[in-house]
Amino acid sequence: MKASPYAFVAPFFLLFGAFSLVPLLYTAWYSLHNVQLSALDHKTWAGLDNYENLLSSDFFWNALKNTLTIGIISTVPQLLAALALAHLLNYKLRGSTAWRVVMLTPYATSVAAATLVFTLLYSWDGGMVNWILDFFGVDPVNWRESDWGSQFAVSSIVIWRWTGYNALIYLAAMQAIPADLYESAALDGANRWQQFRHVTVPQLRPTILFTVVVSTIGATQLFGEPLLFGGVSGSKGGSEHQYQTLGLYMYDQGWIIGNLGKASAIAWSMFLILLIVAAVNLLLTRRLRKSQ
Amino acid sequence: MTTTELTPPRKGGGRRGRMGAGRQLHAGPVTYVVLTVFALVSLAPLVWTAIAASRTNHRLAETPPPLWFGGNLFKNLEAAWEQAGLGTAMLNSVIVAGTITVSTVLFSTLAGFAFAKLRFRFSGLLLLLTIGTMMIPPQLAVVPLYLWMSDLGWSNQLHTVILPSLVTAFGTFFMRQYLVQALPTELIEAARVDGASSLRIVWHVVFPAARPAMAVLGLLTFVFAWNDFLWPIIALNQQNPTVQVALNSLGTGYVPDQAVIMAGALLGTLPLLVAFLLFGKQIVGGIMQGAIKG
Repeated sequence: MKASPYAFVAPFFLLFGAFSLVPLLYTAWYSLHNVQLSALDHKTWAGLDNYENLLSSDFFWNALKNTLTIGIISTVPQLLAALALAHLLNYKLRGSTAWRVVMLTPYATSVAAATLVFTLLYSWDGGMVNWILDFFGVDPVNWRESDWGSQFAVSSIVIWRWTGYNALIYLAAMQAIPADLYESAALDGANRWQQFRHVTVPQLRPTILFTVVVSTIGATQLFGEPLLFGGVSGSKGGSEHQYQTLGLYMYDQGWIIGNLGKASAIAWSMFLILLIVAAVNLLLTRRLRKSQ
Repeated sequence: MTTTELTPPRKGGGRRGRMGAGRQLHAGPVTYVVLTVFALVSLAPLVWTAIAASRTNHRLAETPPPLWFGGNLFKNLEAAWEQAGLGTAMLNSVIVAGTITVSTVLFSTLAGFAFAKLRFRFSGLLLLLTIGTMMIPPQLAVVPLYLWMSDLGWSNQLHTVILPSLVTAFGTFFMRQYLVQALPTELIEAARVDGASSLRIVWHVVFPAARPAMAVLGLLTFVFAWNDFLWPIIALNQQNPTVQVALNSLGTGYVPDQAVIMAGALLGTLPLLVAFLLFGKQIVGGIMQGAIKG
């Protein structure tokens, strides 16, 4: 019996270690080497060359900026909409399960399928979005080429796929809020909006923080949407690299250009960014605990 | 670090009834109107995919875009099936996602059980490691995986895609959170007093108690594995694709016909949409049970 706890966790840790943790370290090792796709057996020590190369590359900073911009314009509206949607789903509804399933269907649609559809919806000739804009008298937008247009288009795919999912997470948390908090707020004369602001939102704060972290992780590694939105030259993120994210830049450098050492360095930069995010999150959580 | 917590099954009326009852207000007409708008936005792109898939490439370039079905659906589905190799792709995706799901559920349950109910050295540290690594993006693994794959001559083979995804940190943590509450420690002790071996305990006590969470984890894992993108498009090519790899080839100009591309997107999504129709309630319940605690 003594040995069995280890027998139970062993399959998980062996597989997890071999295919997640070990590669993480190897990626760091390769980021210090010159590794070319065309000559995989010839790895030569490069020190910090790959990182210096990145820091002096306009494309890296451009990708970092795009990741940040797209991250913000996809996460903020998404979570706000999810909060509103959760609030509505929390009412007593006819067919409440059916509503929830419907809101979750975009989550079942793969990145690839969703992006192919949205690319067509956003097309210049005969695209649905421009047609609707025209209906309201707005000039057509070049969603593929313009800076903010393409970044908005890519973000909208993320928003579409994840709003319902986050709404369900908020809904679960809302249903765990004790009813007497609302009763006492109502006794104090708080109206619906004030109850939402002063009871619901503070009670949801840990959940909101959690979804912000998860969305940030997702935004940092954003890859499939911009790749497929770009069509044939997808890995460049548009003719002017206007929606090339870090994830896309890594794929482009590694498998299109063929510089796997540099790709490893980009991967580790993404990891460092996430560590910073995690540290900030930890700090915020601590402060939250203290203030409560 | 923030943690998720899965609540054990509700007993008769349960938590939600008690805690939500005083709060749950009846929805007015405005609520239904706004919800309908949300529902339309959620469903319209999918419906429109089917509409576009039933038209011709020529028609899709014209203004206004088609708002109702045309007569080319089956022709386009057939073309997508043949040109993008979606037949092979579907079979491959079923094999890949199926294997990953069985393995993830099995090993997560075992590890989750050990973390929840057994005492052993370093268990706290190992659990912390598991939680901490949930945030590592797939980009951190693909370069070494690619080099190993090339060394072994494994490119373009399905097990290359399956192996790295056989377990997830999320799965183990998910099962641990569930079993902490859903599996009474006395039950294990009673079985042990009766002289049951560890394997018997797992089979007759742990699995029955874990079944609801195993089902939910299975559904979530299948959706995740079916939609996995980055590593499959690096490891596989159009000769032996998963559905996502085939869709990627469609989108990057392998087939220039937009109506056929939409037919491919429709076909690639269909299995999951069917699963949603059948198990939607369970999937929704599963995501909501992953209720959050700071």
